[in-house]
Amino acid sequence: MPKSKVRDVPEINAGSMADIAFLLLIFFIVATTMDVDSGISTKLPPMPENEQEPPPPLKERNVFQVLVNANNQILVEGEWSDISKLKDEAKEFINNNGKKDNLSENPEKAVISLQNDRGTSYDMYIQVQNELKRAYNELRNEASQDKFGRKFNDLPADQQREIQKMYPMKISEAEPKNIGGL
Amino acid sequence: MARFKKKLGSRSPKISTASLPDIVFMLLFFFMVTTTIRDASLKVQVKPPTATEIQKLEKKSLVSYIYVGPPTQQYQAKFGTEPRIQLNDSYASLGEVAQFVEMERKQRDEKVVPQMTFSLKIDKDVKMGIVTDLKQELRKVNALKINYSTKKGSQKTE
Repeated sequence: MPKSKVRDVPEINAGSMADIAFLLLIFFIVATTMDVDSGISTKLPPMPENEQEPPPPLKERNVFQVLVNANNQILVEGEWSDISKLKDEAKEFINNNGKKDNLSENPEKAVISLQNDRGTSYDMYIQVQNELKRAYNELRNEASQDKFGRKFNDLPADQQREIQKMYPMKISEAEPKNIGGL
Repeated sequence: MARFKKKLGSRSPKISTASLPDIVFMLLFFFMVTTTIRDASLKVQVKPPTATEIQKLEKKSLVSYIYVGPPTQQYQAKFGTEPRIQLNDSYASLGEVAQFVEMERKQRDEKVVPQMTFSLKIDKDVKMGIVTDLKQELRKVNALKINYSTKKGSQKTE
């Protein structure tokens, strides 16, 4: 080995680098979860204040009433219904535009009123929420397809707002009651 | 000279492991980026319901979690099987929810507080009674942005 005149900086042995990196890697694999958090986003209404005057009454035809009892049965507008029919019924109601007398005047005035029992299962509640949301999403998609030729999610923000204004998602949850059937 | 030639010829060359750390680091960074640190050990069983109209939760730092479900097996002897609320690492009563929200808000910058989301991880067999109570508590402290945590499921109707 030839000796150089300038003092050599000793080389650091990098052989154990892999071990250190493996250790870190294993720590992260163990300490982390891979699942993506997703779910149905909603906004709760603010707590009513005392001095606030009650909102003006809505016309009966503009309210789409959905009741779910403790046995997870659904009552839509006073009639027995099923989760598989809920979406289409909601769509028909929202998009009525004054054609039928008992359905909404127009999508902007349409309000869906949802009431569930304390004994309703969470699973059912989520399914009902999901179906109602699906009704709105499908209507919005159809509208944006008609107007702009693209799906709602692909539209720029201002056009999305326009569609949202056409079909405002008004799902109102009534204060829970013990309707019974427990 | 003869000795020299022999050395070159017979032995198979060693494989260099110098790039092994790089490969492992790459894996490490991949895991660091794609994952989130598990922040609480679950004391309740949560089997989320499935839904189709789901949205991904963005900005993990602005999300706080509330778990509701029956206690896990090891705690069932002590706490029974009635659904309970879990905040952070322990069971909590409804009255503690307001305090929890306040604590979570304090940990964050004041500017981002309105954008905070509360992710409700609720077992699908839980009855709505406890969920409704929880929602009322959240309304009282003005924590209105919530997300019902669900799995992506297949469409049940068409």
